[in-house]
Formats: sequence, structure tokens, C-alpha cells
Amino acid sequence: MAARIALRSTAFAYLTLLLALPLAVVFYNTFSSGLPAVWAALTAPDALHALWLTIAIVAIVVPANTAFGVICAIALVRNEFAGKRVLDALIDLPFAVSPVVVGLALFILYGRDSAFGAWLIGHGIHVLFSFPGLVLATIFVSVPFVVREVAPTLVEIGTDQEQAAAVLGADPWQTFFKVTLPAIRWGVVYGVVLTTARSLGEFGAVSVVSGHLAGLTEPLTLYVEDRYQAFDPVGSYTAAVVLALLAFATLAVMHWVAGKEKR
Amino acid sequence: MVSSLAAGSLRPQRRPLAKAVVGLPMAPGIATVFLTAVVMIPLAAVVWRAASGGVGGFVEAVTSPEALAALRLTLIASVGVCVVNAIFGTIVAWVLVRDDFRGKPIVNAIIDLPFALPTIVAGLTLLALYGPRSPLGVHLAYTQLGVGLALLFVTLPFVVRSVQPVLMELDKETEEAAASLGASQLTTFFRIVLPALVPSLLSGMSLAFARSMGEFGSVVLMTGNIPFKTEVASVYIFGQIESGDVSGAAALSVVLLALAVIVIVVVAGLRKKVVHGS
Repeated sequence: MAARIALRSTAFAYLTLLLALPLAVVFYNTFSSGLPAVWAALTAPDALHALWLTIAIVAIVVPANTAFGVICAIALVRNEFAGKRVLDALIDLPFAVSPVVVGLALFILYGRDSAFGAWLIGHGIHVLFSFPGLVLATIFVSVPFVVREVAPTLVEIGTDQEQAAAVLGADPWQTFFKVTLPAIRWGVVYGVVLTTARSLGEFGAVSVVSGHLAGLTEPLTLYVEDRYQAFDPVGSYTAAVVLALLAFATLAVMHWVAGKEKR
Repeated sequence: MVSSLAAGSLRPQRRPLAKAVVGLPMAPGIATVFLTAVVMIPLAAVVWRAASGGVGGFVEAVTSPEALAALRLTLIASVGVCVVNAIFGTIVAWVLVRDDFRGKPIVNAIIDLPFALPTIVAGLTLLALYGPRSPLGVHLAYTQLGVGLALLFVTLPFVVRSVQPVLMELDKETEEAAASLGASQLTTFFRIVLPALVPSLLSGMSLAFARSMGEFGSVVLMTGNIPFKTEVASVYIFGQIESGDVSGAAALSVVLLALAVIVIVVVAGLRKKVVHGS
């Protein structure tokens, strides 16, 4: 019993000092400056622009990675093809690569120094320091989530129903939309939630390719840093609190979906 | 519909069965093209740029005193973070599985918070509590300890979430048998429980290690950009890009990439071991 209490206290102390207390202080610091100040920070033009930019990035990245993730998971679990093991291993690469290296990769590929980047710029397509760069960086870092959530679900549901559908004359896409997709839907939703959270919060990769133009190429995460460096704690804390609230919402949805999945 | 099905089942048909295709015809192609365009070609560009200065240029960039110091700090901090995670992650997982208290679902839910919270917000929150204006009077900003703290925050879920399911599946009978034969609680833990947890523990630790090696957002405010003291590899690479030394940044990136690939191979191996039983 004594050991149990000691372990429980240790776990509580660790989680409090590392997670709960720092977050509480940020919320306290934000609202101690008064609601009018928070409202002013929230509705500052650059803050609103940052929020919209973040939403626009998420609106492109999440559908793209969801479509890719489901197709890729089906390829890995259902299809047979040469190079399957290599593809399986490479999917996880974005989880292991530093976000700064991701940013650098896009910086080199789409910069003037590479033949491809120079060609694009020559044709008036600017990826770096503009919206496409932010989107590409965010797609890169969040590629694996849907794949890794959907693949185990596909293994679990087996192929009996899909084979039945095929034998009854459904073509592969009919089978996919009428049989497979409904069966894996909660896995897809879980992957979408994780992808959304990561896309909202990406910092390092986006930081390298953004160019930090306030009001132009600065999503909410970069705005947090920008305001902090500019000695505007209220602006920084307010934007951070918005992102933290979005993270809490993500957690709530995650646990709701996890409950659905079990049933 | 029903009648035609019934008729079909009464009269076995001679026509060849439709080939029971599973999977989608274009899926491997689409997946490969997307991953190549979005992930592989950009990464290849980094390797290409790192190699553009020849072997000499690469070695020179990687072994510059500042790069070496950054790499050393990153490695030491990541190993340290792994060890702390192994101990506290296992304790937290244990408490979540075997203990019972009010509010347990909430504690269980906030474990994932570091995955959901943007890294820059994580850095800002830690700075608010342990920074220059710390209400506790603990000043860890711009120290190596502060860097470690930021890494602990973002890697918290890995070990907990790897160990927790294994602990749930673990048969309590063996532990009870050990206890009834007179083994102390500590002996039972180290001889019975811990060996069963090792593969999942190692898997969680390697994920935490990989994350620590490349972490940027949560440490960037904490480090204060002090070369040779608090500058980790990712911050160093960022600085090199800012100052225009893209080849130097690419060289150190290749070192980080190589380490990342090694970790992926190790984790894949461990995952197989966890799934297929040790």
C-alpha cells in the first residue's frame, strides 16, 4: 500500500510539474492582463490573418493526406507489389526527421540554387516564402498519421466482405466505397484528428520556408514566436492559448473516437 | 434482388468466379508517386546539396567545433531524456493500469497532450513556469537543463503509451505466484514484470530518442541560441540556413537523417518482436 501511494504521488508530481502547472501559468498570465487586452490581441489584424492562414493550411493538408493515407494503407495491406516493404519503411520517415531538416529540404529543392526551383521561379511559381511552401512543409510532416491509423484497422476487418462484394460483381472502387470505407471509418477519423492537430501546430518546417512576413506568411505558431520575440507577451500568450484550446478540443475528440472504435 | 439471389444459390453457375480482387488497382502507384514527390525528392535534395562540396567539404562542415558541440549536446540530452522517460514513463503507465483513483480518465487523457499541443506553445508554457519570470523562482531558461526539460515535455507520451497496453495484457497470476512464494515487491517487479515490458519499453524509448534528436519548436525559446552551450543540432541547422550556409546545414542534416533511418530500422524490428511475442 505504501509503495502504491509512493508511485501514485511520483506520477502525479511528475505530470503536474511537467504538464499541468506550466499550462496553468500560461492561462493565468494571459488572462491576468485583463479581458479587454486579450480581446485586442485576439482581434489584431496580424493575429486574425495568422489564424486564417493556419485554417487555410489545414483545409488543404488534411484532405490531401487523408486521401493519400487511405490509399497508401490499402496498398500496404491489400495489394501485392514490388517494393512494398520499402514503401512501408519510408512512410515513417517524416516522424523521425527533424522539422528543420524538412524545411531545409524544401528550401533547397524549391530555391533558386536547384535547377527545378529555378525553373519554377522562372515560370512565376514561387513556393518558398509563400503559401505553397507552408502547405508542402505541413503535408510532409503529417504524412504518416492516417496510414498508421488505417492500416491496422484494415488488417483487423479482414477481406471476407470485400471478396464477397467482388464475387457479386462490384468493381474495386465500388467495393472500396460501399464495403471497405464504412468498416474503417473510425480509423480514418482518428487519423484525421491526429493530422489536424499536427497541421495546426507545425512550427520548425514552416519556420524555415515561411520567411516570417507578418500578416502574409505567418501562421499562428510562427505568430506566437514572433510576438514573444517582439516583447509582446499578451499577443504571444493569447495566440498560444488559442492553440492550446484547439489542442484540448483535439484530445476530447481523440478520446471520443477511441471509445467509438472499441465498440 | 432476393429472388435472383435465391435462384442463383439453387442453380450453381458454371461461369468462372469473378476474380476476388482486394485492394485498389492504382493504389501502389498513387502511394509511391505521392510519397516520392512529397517526401523522397526533397530529402534527396538535402543529400545532393550536402554532397555538392565533396567528401572534404562534408567532413569539414560536420566537424566544425560549433556543429560538433551541437551534435554532442543533442546526443547526450536525447540519451538522458530516454532514461528519464523509461523510469517515469513506466511509473505513470503502472499507476494508470494498476492503481485506481478519482479522475483517472482525465489523467489518462492528458498524457496525449504533448502530442496535440503545438511545440512552440509547449516551449512557451515551460518558459512561463521555469523562465526568467518564474513564479516558482526556478530559472532554467538558457540552460542545458531547460533543453532537457523541453525534450521531456514533448516525449512524455511515447514510453507511457508503449508500455501501458502491454501492462494491461500482463497476466497478474505470475506476479501473485511470485509474491506467494515470498518474493518482495521489488523482486517481483524486476524479475517478473520488467522482462515482459522490455520490448515495448525499448520501442517507446527509441521513439522518444528519435523525437529528441530532431526537436526544434519546444527548445528554440528555451535555448536562447547560445552556441557551445545550449544549441542543439536542429537549432544549429536553422542558424546555418539563416546565415546563408545552406551546404553546412545540409551536411549536419544528413547526419541527423542517417541517425533517423537507424532508429526507424530499430523500431521496426522491435515492433515485430512486440507483435509476434518475445
